[in-house]
Amino acid sequence: MNFEYNEEQQQFADSVQKFLVGTYSFEQRKEILHSATGLSETLWHSLAEMGLTSISVPETEGGFGGGALDLMAPMEACGEALVVEPLIDNIGLAGRLIAHLGSSEQRSTLLTALMDGSQRFAFASLEPGRRYELQPVLTTATPQGDGWVIQGQKCIVIGAPSAHQLVVSAQTDAGPTLFLVDPSAPGVELNSSRTADGQRSADVRFTDVKLGANALLGKPGEALPWIEEAVDFATALLCADAVGAMKYANEATLEYVKTRKQFGVPIASFQVLQHRMVEMMIACEQARSMSILAASKVDAGVEPSERKRAVSMALVKIADSARQISQESVQLHGGMGMTEELKISHTFRRLTMLGQRFGDADHHLERYAALS
Amino acid sequence: MDLSYSAEELSFRSEVRGWLDANLPTDIRDKVVNYHGLSKEDYLRWHKILAAKGWSVPHWPVEWGGTGWNITQRYIYDEEFGLAGAPALPPFGPAMCASVLLRFGTPAQQERFLPRIRAGDDFWVQGYSEPGAGSDLAALKCRAERQGDFYHVTGQKIWTTLGQYGDWIFCLVRTDSQVERRQEGISFLLIDMKTPGITVRPLILMDGGHEVNEIFFDDVVVPVQNLIYEENKGWTVAKYLLGHERMGSGSVGGSRRELAALRDLAKREVKNGRPLLEDPRFRDRLSRVEIELEALEITSMRFLDKMRRSGQPPGADVSLLKIRGTEIQQAITELMMQAVGPRAQPFRAVDHGSIDHFMSRLAPRYFNLRKASIYAGSNEIQRNIIAKMSLGL
Repeated sequence: MNFEYNEEQQQFADSVQKFLVGTYSFEQRKEILHSATGLSETLWHSLAEMGLTSISVPETEGGFGGGALDLMAPMEACGEALVVEPLIDNIGLAGRLIAHLGSSEQRSTLLTALMDGSQRFAFASLEPGRRYELQPVLTTATPQGDGWVIQGQKCIVIGAPSAHQLVVSAQTDAGPTLFLVDPSAPGVELNSSRTADGQRSADVRFTDVKLGANALLGKPGEALPWIEEAVDFATALLCADAVGAMKYANEATLEYVKTRKQFGVPIASFQVLQHRMVEMMIACEQARSMSILAASKVDAGVEPSERKRAVSMALVKIADSARQISQESVQLHGGMGMTEELKISHTFRRLTMLGQRFGDADHHLERYAALS
Repeated sequence: MDLSYSAEELSFRSEVRGWLDANLPTDIRDKVVNYHGLSKEDYLRWHKILAAKGWSVPHWPVEWGGTGWNITQRYIYDEEFGLAGAPALPPFGPAMCASVLLRFGTPAQQERFLPRIRAGDDFWVQGYSEPGAGSDLAALKCRAERQGDFYHVTGQKIWTTLGQYGDWIFCLVRTDSQVERRQEGISFLLIDMKTPGITVRPLILMDGGHEVNEIFFDDVVVPVQNLIYEENKGWTVAKYLLGHERMGSGSVGGSRRELAALRDLAKREVKNGRPLLEDPRFRDRLSRVEIELEALEITSMRFLDKMRRSGQPPGADVSLLKIRGTEIQQAITELMMQAVGPRAQPFRAVDHGSIDHFMSRLAPRYFNLRKASIYAGSNEIQRNIIAKMSLGL
């Protein structure tokens, strides 16, 4: 039993946090958010240079061979700063699938580009009207000559507008299969948007998109278990991200109630508010415990059913805590908490969206119950 | 970062588990898992079995009969008790009075009381709360007047758990009422319950059980040798005891066992031709409690790990274990009772009838466990502690 970060993990987390404090203030973030691309290339390159995109890449590919536990503290730091760059999408989803399923050539080119920050990726998985289902239905791929033709549509592909390659799940005769698709290829149409929490996303339509044989990622029909694994891994990262945002919300609220005066006294002196903040603190601690559980289980390489059960338990707790803390933090800030001017409203939006990105509490409660 | 127990810890766990399996009397376990109260004889018999093994006071210093276990082993030991359905020894003697004796007692007092506590020769109870002094303990009024070598104690205590079994009671009494701060002028006294002038009056709770009592002291004569620490410095002793938080206050082991039993029960109970466990509404409620307990277990382990590293007692944060632990226990009692539906209603057999040994206990258990968020510092007091000590409010 050991709940401390090791020296390397601690140092790395500290340097990421220090870096974000210096470069990702609330004002700086606002500029990034409203820029044309909605992300900072400089920041992306710096984070890559620090090693954030290399941590979970296998050592054989030049990465650090780490796991979700190694990413937990830096993801918390990113959550605290409300980083909008698509880290989870690159490290957790697309990068994970490329590392697990890519040919040696795909791995060496794409993972190198991921690690040095020169390219970004996005995972096109969700389909309209099918909520969180990971099995592709509306996107199909059929063999043509040496290659494939993709038809269909994906939605809410976070990070797609800035991605150099999309990892796309499609149904084939053999079953769910993954492909690498250049978003600028003929027949690929992106309909981009900004998400409620400031990320860039796109719905993607594929019309007769012709792919070469080398676009295939892994073996046809065998993708689903790997997709589930990658989404669980990404969910563990999301948990850490959310814990960071909750930590910020709690600290900011505590600070606010100690300084805000009404009736001639700081409102922190009111017991009704004190007890609510204690509940927020407990919710954050319980969420942190579950974040550790999720990361441990995805790293331990346990049976898929055990992994899914643990990740779902974690997400239920994280989503519940995120909802409670975000709502309470706005309530305790009063009207000011409602305004765009305060970071707390942005934290509210982030926590709300995280709570239903890879399945909401109900979705995971159902998955947990089915496996228990 | 590693969530798993070490090989040594796991082998310790299996040692405790194996021993409990072989030595916990079936009739006592049966009472615990079916929510029947234990008699004084049950408690003392179990205490003697533990004492014979050398496990009645694991947390004491080795020279007084402790086991020398580290904090993790003690946590595992408590957890295994809960899982096995073994009753924890009432904390009043081995955990509370003994901690005070070990810290504040004179050598003579230690020699006189500790071996008997360890052996389970006396049943100890606690005399803290009074009708006018609950959460506000310093408001206590039970008076002890010194006359020569004796104190004369007059007043009332309330909520004395298992007071009807008590051989000895440790009490906070007021030895000086002319003080500026109410915390001053309080003393910590040990009183033999056989002393003339003591009356124990049962308070029957809504579950029908006799667990707590009122105790009346009418000019009870107590030798000054039974004063612990200095006269008028009892608050220091009481604070030490309150700060002596127990890591087991989350009751993770017991709740795990009860949740497993609840799952089994919900598999057997039938609703609309299907097991109750498959009813989405019931299943979701059960799942949420299971998830909350999982989180609490990991949070407990995080506190343990921190204590092990720092060698320091846990901070105020540990109050959250009591808050969540008792909320979980209460939620389980509610789901248990609901799981059996209308059959939760029979309460007492009359006219030579008979009622189900287990199901008839589920409503009383639910009633009884409302106490958990009230006792040992109500959950509101725990929140005050966190607010003040951890959040700096």
